[in-house]
Amino acid sequence: MKEAFIALFKSMTGSLRDLLPIILVIAFFQIVVLQQPIANFSEIVLGTFFVILGLTFFIYGLEMGLFPIGESMAYAFAKKGSVTWLLIFAFSLGFGTTVAEPALIAVAAEASEIAAVGNMINNTEEAKNSYANGLRLTVAFSVGIAIVIGVLRILKGWSIQYMIIGGYILVVIMTSVAPREIIGIAYDSGGVTTSTITVPLVTALGVGLASSISGRNPMVDGFGLIAFASLTPMIFVMAYGMII
Amino acid sequence: MSAVLMQFLQTLMATLVDVLPIAAIIFGFQFLVIRKPVSNLRKVLIGFAYVLVGLSLFLMGLEKALFPLGRLMAEQLTQVSFIYQGVETALHTFHWSDYYWVYIFAFTIGFSTTIAEPSLIAVAIKANDVSGGTIGVWGLRIAVALGVAIGISLGSYRIITGIPIHYFIITGYIVVVIQTFYAPKMIVPLAYDSGGVTTSTVTVPLVTALGLGLAENVPGRNVLIDGFGLIAFASLFPIMSVMAYAQLSKCRGGKIAQNK
Repeated sequence: MKEAFIALFKSMTGSLRDLLPIILVIAFFQIVVLQQPIANFSEIVLGTFFVILGLTFFIYGLEMGLFPIGESMAYAFAKKGSVTWLLIFAFSLGFGTTVAEPALIAVAAEASEIAAVGNMINNTEEAKNSYANGLRLTVAFSVGIAIVIGVLRILKGWSIQYMIIGGYILVVIMTSVAPREIIGIAYDSGGVTTSTITVPLVTALGVGLASSISGRNPMVDGFGLIAFASLTPMIFVMAYGMII
Repeated sequence: MSAVLMQFLQTLMATLVDVLPIAAIIFGFQFLVIRKPVSNLRKVLIGFAYVLVGLSLFLMGLEKALFPLGRLMAEQLTQVSFIYQGVETALHTFHWSDYYWVYIFAFTIGFSTTIAEPSLIAVAIKANDVSGGTIGVWGLRIAVALGVAIGISLGSYRIITGIPIHYFIITGYIVVVIQTFYAPKMIVPLAYDSGGVTTSTVTVPLVTALGLGLAENVPGRNVLIDGFGLIAFASLFPIMSVMAYAQLSKCRGGKIAQNK
């Protein structure tokens, strides 16, 4: 019991260290630059304590639950030898984790606002909602496709550079033909799709797959899934902006 | 106290709703397709519970403490009255360098939020594991954080000057492509990944507030068109900084080997 307590305390100091830069930056700007007293000081101390506690639990649970399940599933699929099921799993993981992502919901709502102002769609609640939903499904679909492509790459041992560079070229071509209003949103949507729970899970899946297939190096082949998941939404969102 | 508890339960519920589809997919495939018992199922479930509780506490604490302050600061720093303290605005044609505090804020907040980003910590742990310690957890995190910091400062500059975003992004792509050919092969996939992992829980809300605040207050900018794009910068520059980090450590390693 005492050991567990010490371990918890140790990882909490680690979390405090992770958080310290933010606290310093905010304190510096508040006191030196903006020269304003900090309101609700006790509330802020309490909140910071929650953040530290939360980060500690998260990291702890990560190594206990998320990493092992991601890897054990990768091993199980590799052993089962069914590529079809693996790809279906990859797609559902990409699609399922993205479609409910709060950051994406927020971005989609903003985008529908832009489209309405830019006269791309009618400025009614209904039209905006259907636009936002369409956008969300588009992004989720593109992330599903991205994970499928990434998993295929690990299975086949394709080198990632050419695929990513090819993706970049597509993005550049799309940028030159897509409506200007959608470009900022499209570029951002690449970054917002990958949530805090998706990233560890997908990383564990990739690394697990690469280490269970002979001839694959987990370092060279295991990473890269997230890269695809942040690239395809840009292409798909611009395509969506052009079609609508 | 009960208000705090209620808030915690609400956040927990919201997190649970986010996690539910993921859990359903994982356990669905585990039981229907793989059809093998999970080894250490109890431990995995406890781990999941920790992740849930941890993430909820984390989000609630951010919402209580850091986000309101951070958002407020982003707004205040971009306000015209702050930029031209006392100087008559009419006499002063605005220049991009007037916003120097904004750049410093963008750089420091980008760096510090990335250091605290949970998904980056996860990837750094995994990379350290897989590379057998060659890639240090802190080395990777600092490299990524520097990338985000540079990216967000440059993104703020873009919003202030109003240069179209795609010029920057396309130039960035060209740099990434060139670096790809010179960087050690081992780092390339990880570098590409680090673009996506940097922008989740902590960075996005603060950075978005900064972007919208800037676009609202800088004369001649449109919130809808210019307010976005900071996230794109924050996901592009870590790719470069991680590859640069690998190149630097390779160079240094080479020199040490030569000296021996």
